[in-house]
Amino acid sequence: MKYLLMITMNPAIFDTLTEAERTAIFEGHDAFQGPLRESGELVGSVALADPSNSTTVAVRDGVPAVTDGPYLESKEFLAGFYVVDCETVDRAIELAAQIPDAALTAIEVRPMMDGSGLEM
Amino acid sequence: MTTGVSTDTERTAENLLRELAPQVLGALVRRYGHFDACEDAVQEALLAASVQWPTEGTPDSPRGWLITVASRRLTDQLRSEEARRRREETVFSLEPAEPTTPDPGEDQPREGDDTLTLLFMCCHPELSPPSQVALTLRAVGGLTTAQIASAFLVPEATMAQRISRAKQRIKQTGTRFELPPDAERTDRLRVVLHVLYLIFNEGYTATSGPELQRVELATEAIRLARAVRLLLPEDGEVAGLLALMLLTDARRAARARPDGTLIPLAEQDRGSWDRDAIDEGVTLITETLAKAPVGPYQLQAAIAAVHAEAPNADETDWPQILGLYQILERLAPNPMVTLNHAVALAMVEGPQAGLDRLASLDGDNRVAKHHRLDAVRAHLHEMAGDHAAAREAYRAAARRTTSIPERRYLESRAARLID
Repeated sequence: MKYLLMITMNPAIFDTLTEAERTAIFEGHDAFQGPLRESGELVGSVALADPSNSTTVAVRDGVPAVTDGPYLESKEFLAGFYVVDCETVDRAIELAAQIPDAALTAIEVRPMMDGSGLEM
Repeated sequence: MTTGVSTDTERTAENLLRELAPQVLGALVRRYGHFDACEDAVQEALLAASVQWPTEGTPDSPRGWLITVASRRLTDQLRSEEARRRREETVFSLEPAEPTTPDPGEDQPREGDDTLTLLFMCCHPELSPPSQVALTLRAVGGLTTAQIASAFLVPEATMAQRISRAKQRIKQTGTRFELPPDAERTDRLRVVLHVLYLIFNEGYTATSGPELQRVELATEAIRLARAVRLLLPEDGEVAGLLALMLLTDARRAARARPDGTLIPLAEQDRGSWDRDAIDEGVTLITETLAKAPVGPYQLQAAIAAVHAEAPNADETDWPQILGLYQILERLAPNPMVTLNHAVALAMVEGPQAGLDRLASLDGDNRVAKHHRLDAVRAHLHEMAGDHAAAREAYRAAARRTTSIPERRYLESRAARLID
């Protein structure tokens, strides 16, 4: 089963960190990815730019309305994610706990939908 | 599978290579040991053949050609590893096994037991099921890493890593290239059959779009099950699994619309079921049940055969299916069997009997939150005419499933009940 491990960012928390603590987080991601790659569980990962770079597009009556900034306004936002292919949800949770950001905010573990299905 | 469209010639060539793959690997491991390195060498030889044979013609002895080329690759690899080791250690280095051209007659079959030995190795109980599946497809099925990766929708590097780890693990267990001892044979064969069953299901549940290439996995699982059956013709469960695959796969064309929407068994166009596959499956399971001790795969095949033989859904022999589920539940109890048992019970004794049976699963952690429990409950409420409860249960099932076609199916069942 493939899972999305979603990393939430809260700038108010992040900004209070020391330089060393921030470096530890970046290095923590490298340390996290190595074994994951080696175990054949890492499917992909993405780091997202700050939402101030976002553009939001909504189409009403066939007309796109384009605005600067994110769609959802909140203190926290999606900073990036890992896609892992694990045997069990417990393993995905175990991996999520190893992501450095889990100690600051939280990681959401969500199963990805699959295109195959059983007849009922 | 490498290209979108392949000609019959290409298909025949690929089939020949896949058939030869375990035979060549068996010959190499038998001679040189080093399962890990041999497996890589055989992959390279298969790749070379797939490039050279179409232009230069298939050699007179394809097996001999592959053994020679794979041996050469293996020598090169072992020599370079040896050189590296010498550089690193300079002393205590072992002479590498010295591959030579095969003796005349050496490419004569031992392939039968070799294929079986390879299957037992690849389905080693120390490996996780996904690793067993990947390694079996590559070492026994002769598929490339790229093909396996695309079938499981992961990057090639991820799959390569998984296969390489699986081979390392086998090496660590010190497994030798021989059939497991008699005492372990039954349990180990059960693992092999389970792996083939997993491969089959990966392919069978694919419905549309990019998933379609996975359909090849069902074909591959049937091919491997046939090979095992040739080697173990007396084993009832091997025959049962093959029959189950044939009878299930026979419904493939009828089980989904072109857009991938699932069609339930009762609503399938039975005219588009594959009659040849059904005949073969029914004959096989009938013969097997008459002589072998009964087992779970045989019972599931027998149930599939009862469905396959019904001219339409209404004429399904539900009492017989119910009887088979009762035996299956005694022999191999698990919550999924209980679910299906409840459906059969409802069809024979009415929906309330089925719903009562389901109630026993609410406290079962393995299935209490599973969408199939909600889906079956929804179906039985609908049968009983309780549309409000059915709608609720269909929606709960739709939220819980992680399959896109299943969610679409369940949502549309819920929507249909709004009156």
